[in-house]
Amino acid sequence: MGKNVLKRIDLIFKHEDDCHEVLQKTLKRSDDELINELIGSGLKGRGGAGFPTGLKWKLTREAQGDVKYVICNADEGEPGTFKDREILATVPYKVLTGMAVCGKIIGATNGYIYLRGEYRYLVKDLEAEINKFHKICDEVGLNFRIKIFLGYGAYICGEESALFESMEGKRGEPRNKPPFPTEFGYMGKPTVINNVETLAHTWTIFKYGAKKFRDLGVQDSRGSKLFSISGDTPIPGIYELELGMTVEEFVEDFGDGDTKAVQVGGASGFCVPRKKFRDIAIGYQGKLTGISLPTGGSMMLFNSSRSMYNVLHNYLEFFAEESCGQCTPCRVGTQQLLQGIKAVKRGEKPAAYLDKLLSLSETMKATAKCGLGQSVANSFQSIVENFREEMIY
Amino acid sequence: MALLQERVKELVAKYGRSRENLLPVLQGIADTEHYVSEYAMQLVAEEMGLSAADVYGTATFYSFMETTPRGKYIIRVCKTISCFMKGKNQILLALEEALKIKLGETTPDRMFTLLETNCLGWCHKAPAMLINDDVHVDLTIEKVHQIIREYKQKANN
Ligand SMILES: Cc1cc2nc3c(=O)[nH]c(=O)nc-3n(C[C@H](O)[C@H](O)[C@H](O)COP(=O)(O)O)c2cc1C
Ligand code: SF4
Ligand code: FES
Repeated sequence: MGKNVLKRIDLIFKHEDDCHEVLQKTLKRSDDELINELIGSGLKGRGGAGFPTGLKWKLTREAQGDVKYVICNADEGEPGTFKDREILATVPYKVLTGMAVCGKIIGATNGYIYLRGEYRYLVKDLEAEINKFHKICDEVGLNFRIKIFLGYGAYICGEESALFESMEGKRGEPRNKPPFPTEFGYMGKPTVINNVETLAHTWTIFKYGAKKFRDLGVQDSRGSKLFSISGDTPIPGIYELELGMTVEEFVEDFGDGDTKAVQVGGASGFCVPRKKFRDIAIGYQGKLTGISLPTGGSMMLFNSSRSMYNVLHNYLEFFAEESCGQCTPCRVGTQQLLQGIKAVKRGEKPAAYLDKLLSLSETMKATAKCGLGQSVANSFQSIVENFREEMIY
Repeated sequence: MALLQERVKELVAKYGRSRENLLPVLQGIADTEHYVSEYAMQLVAEEMGLSAADVYGTATFYSFMETTPRGKYIIRVCKTISCFMKGKNQILLALEEALKIKLGETTPDRMFTLLETNCLGWCHKAPAMLINDDVHVDLTIEKVHQIIREYKQKANN
């Protein structure tokens, strides 16, 4: 506890007041050079899925289309995540600059920030920042405008295609993929959609060069990452750390001495029990020691006073409420999992019923239409398998 | 009713008639009326050239889009895991006591509505709640009573 094993990084929240110069200098470089810099940095999306950012911009640049868009995903609805709010509140100009440079590269003149309704209090200050930024764009001769689009209490709208539907004035129901946003995004046009933190990292890469970013992290998981840390920890908050740490190292720094499990990646992420802390690293798929877990940065700690049944129950209620209801495996499956664990807990169903539920979650993973329904299995299986007794007694 | 008609016209004029402005228009109605009635949805549909069913379908999708009459101040208490672990249930009880209503209800004077919601993005300062757009964090029972007193005063002035 509190050992400070992990190096604290201070890139994202470092205040820098040279927005004008950074934008001007960056825009002087060729599109190819910028894309190569981004690809070379190894930056992967910080919204959860981890798609290489440079490649996303490159594909959208190459896509056919007279009109294109840049969208900043500030829906931040994953339980346990609160870093994007802090970025927009303290260093919004880094995000705006990232959007503008992206716009220039892909050929877009309009950008949007999809801001969750829960963060509406930010709108006033953010609009003022956007107006300041528009002046800078004019000064450096860039035709680019940014608007805020306000969400209204729907977790699913963080899923990129549901987000486009929502912006188009419809129900936030995910689309079939492909086509992907790089070809068919907002209004059916080629669109780059990036997480708030991803865009903030592009500032560092364009200002200081890919190496500064690449020197942090390990193998396939480069750079630093913001972690939103909550639950049973003496020091909850937002921390910038290098990718590649093990859960054990993390717990040494942030645990309360009695950590029994860590939920990595929020309700749609994985529960890591104490006996596996050493084997699991935080980063993207790759050659990390043992298994690695990609993440949007939500880290929730649970100590031995917590019932993992209550934790799972809370997550399942969340999914059942937030499922958009469009496809059966997810609409019905989330309800059945929730009712199922309740029935086992009350003794109305035998313990073996948990195995039925496990296979139902596996079916959802294979057949649900979008990431919400597909990822319910992550927390369900990792909690039920590791804390089976707590589900029964 | 004529007032509502004016409001809808004003909002559609401000944002534009095309469909991608539907959510901002509906949000604008909710801001002043504290909910969006079926009648308001019909007016929006006419004004924007959409079917009433389309407007209804969109409006009812979003959990913050209230479609029944609500109080001037809508309280949304976070019930997700971090807030749950840090005593969200006691916070809810304190609110019920301070407002003399149950979860889901509105005070008779139409000042407050008490609701629950999912993670607000303040888990490191749990428990947390929203009152309209304002965030209140690190809640305690005493703090809740204090906050409600302040809002009541504000409402009476
Ligand atoms: C149910 C669901 C919710 C999501 N919510 C968010 C979110 O709130 N913010 C976000 O950046 N990405 C979210 N995503 C991921 C987005 O679909 C998308 O991958 C991301 O915005 C891409 O940006 P990145 O490459 O910079 O990470 C969500 C995905 C799913 C399936
Ligand atoms: S998986 Fe769930 S959230 Fe996704 S489309 Fe199907 S019902 Fe909607
Ligand atoms: S769990 Fe309540 S704010 Fe996140």
